[in-house]
Amino acid sequence: MSVASLTAARSFVPTPSRPVGTVEGRRAFAFKGVGKQFGDKTVLDGIDLDVPAGQFLAVIGKSGCGKSTLLRLLAGLDQPTSGSLSLGAAEEGHSRTRFMFQEPRLLPWASVVRNVEVGLTGIAAGDEARQRAVAMLGEVGLADRAGEWPSVLSGGQKQRVALARALVGQPQILALDEPLGALDALTRIEMQRLLERIWLDQKFTAVLVTHDVAEAVALADRVVVITAGRIALDIDVPVARPRRRGSAELARLEGEILDTLLN
Amino acid sequence: MRLAERLARSGTAGWLLPAAIIAGWEAASRAGLIPANVLPAPSAVAEAFWRLTLSGELIQNIAVSTARALSGFAIGGAIGFLLGLANGLSRLSRGLTDTTLQMIRNIPHLALIPLVILWFGIDEEAKLFLVALGVFFPIYVNTLLGIQSVDPHLVEMGRVYGMGGRELFFRVILPGALPSIFVGLRYALGIMWLTLIVAETISASSGLGYMAMQAREFLLIDVVVLSILIYALLGKLADSLARLLERLSLGWHPAFQSR
Repeated sequence: MSVASLTAARSFVPTPSRPVGTVEGRRAFAFKGVGKQFGDKTVLDGIDLDVPAGQFLAVIGKSGCGKSTLLRLLAGLDQPTSGSLSLGAAEEGHSRTRFMFQEPRLLPWASVVRNVEVGLTGIAAGDEARQRAVAMLGEVGLADRAGEWPSVLSGGQKQRVALARALVGQPQILALDEPLGALDALTRIEMQRLLERIWLDQKFTAVLVTHDVAEAVALADRVVVITAGRIALDIDVPVARPRRRGSAELARLEGEILDTLLN
Repeated sequence: MRLAERLARSGTAGWLLPAAIIAGWEAASRAGLIPANVLPAPSAVAEAFWRLTLSGELIQNIAVSTARALSGFAIGGAIGFLLGLANGLSRLSRGLTDTTLQMIRNIPHLALIPLVILWFGIDEEAKLFLVALGVFFPIYVNTLLGIQSVDPHLVEMGRVYGMGGRELFFRVILPGALPSIFVGLRYALGIMWLTLIVAETISASSGLGYMAMQAREFLLIDVVVLSILIYALLGKLADSLARLLERLSLGWHPAFQSR
């Protein structure tokens, strides 16, 4: 597929909030007319979405609107019924797509660092895997818990281990399925900051599915609203980072998105 | 309070009651409350123990019985474990064999003794067969249950992170099934001794059960009681070993932490 046909896609919007040089000419993934049906129930219908590499995209919708399905299609956990999904070129030394689930899904019988090493399956093994896992645990602030069992960690700490596991393989795309939904408000904001910091650092493409509009506008370059299986709104969040929660600009965007969701 | 707590922690508490029972029993025998031809005093049993140990008869019979128990356990346990794995992992295998196995499971295996004697006589094979059959089902059922109860979310996570079949099995499925497999193991150890005692009592020319039956013929009640006590100790020993294994391999489990 040529670059020209990409830019012609309806929803392609360059992201002004990040330096254009890092994304130019590279695309993380594109959905073209993607539909998904389970039996005779249509979950997604004619989704066109073109996402440049390095973008932070948030996908919002009411529960059951198909936003999680979108993410599962992206991660290859499901196949689309119609349309096509294309991924950008694979880069050497990077895993393609990593998925962060709503629950931490840590192996209870493996120590924290061994859980992070799961993210290096097929990429690195032995001492190298251990070193990379320990380094990644340092990134999420849990270097001192490497040897412990997951059962002694708090909910927020478990999700940080899951984040380390997702990122240790340096993925090109990180798919996040409401990973912060079960955390308390303060832990949640802490995790959002951590996620933003690591994203700025590692420059992967992030796709965050959430039902929290404030979270979406605080983190994302671009917000897509899905209602009844279709894209109802696709807007940029042209607010410089670091962003101040509760600023007038973010509040205005939040209002616009909520109007679309609740009309 | 403090003493009680320390007792409960140290594990010696479990031995207090048996010790008290033995002391009471000895006292009652000495006082003539229990006639010696009904139940000999513990000291008489200890004497029998010493006599048989010196003659080498006891050690030899224990060795014979233990070898029978363990080889039957190894055969039945291995088949049960492998079939449990196969049926837990493959729908085809489960569809083919599970119904048959559930039907056989409902036959008490000791009911097969007459048939087993007809097939194998009173040789070693008869005992091996009965022990293996008895041990098979608890191991099979609990291995299958363990694999079926592994969190499907974790299996999906493993797949998403690129684990192949082998890795998925050794890193996710087997460790997840292990707590249930241990339940089966401990249960099977109990059945192992039970089956062996019955089989040796009915037909044998060596072993603890044979020793007890011989003693009955000659009215050596102290030896009969001794055999029963040794069965109890061997059962307890097997269970303790299984618990130790369990603690070593299930350190991650919240139930085995901070103890």
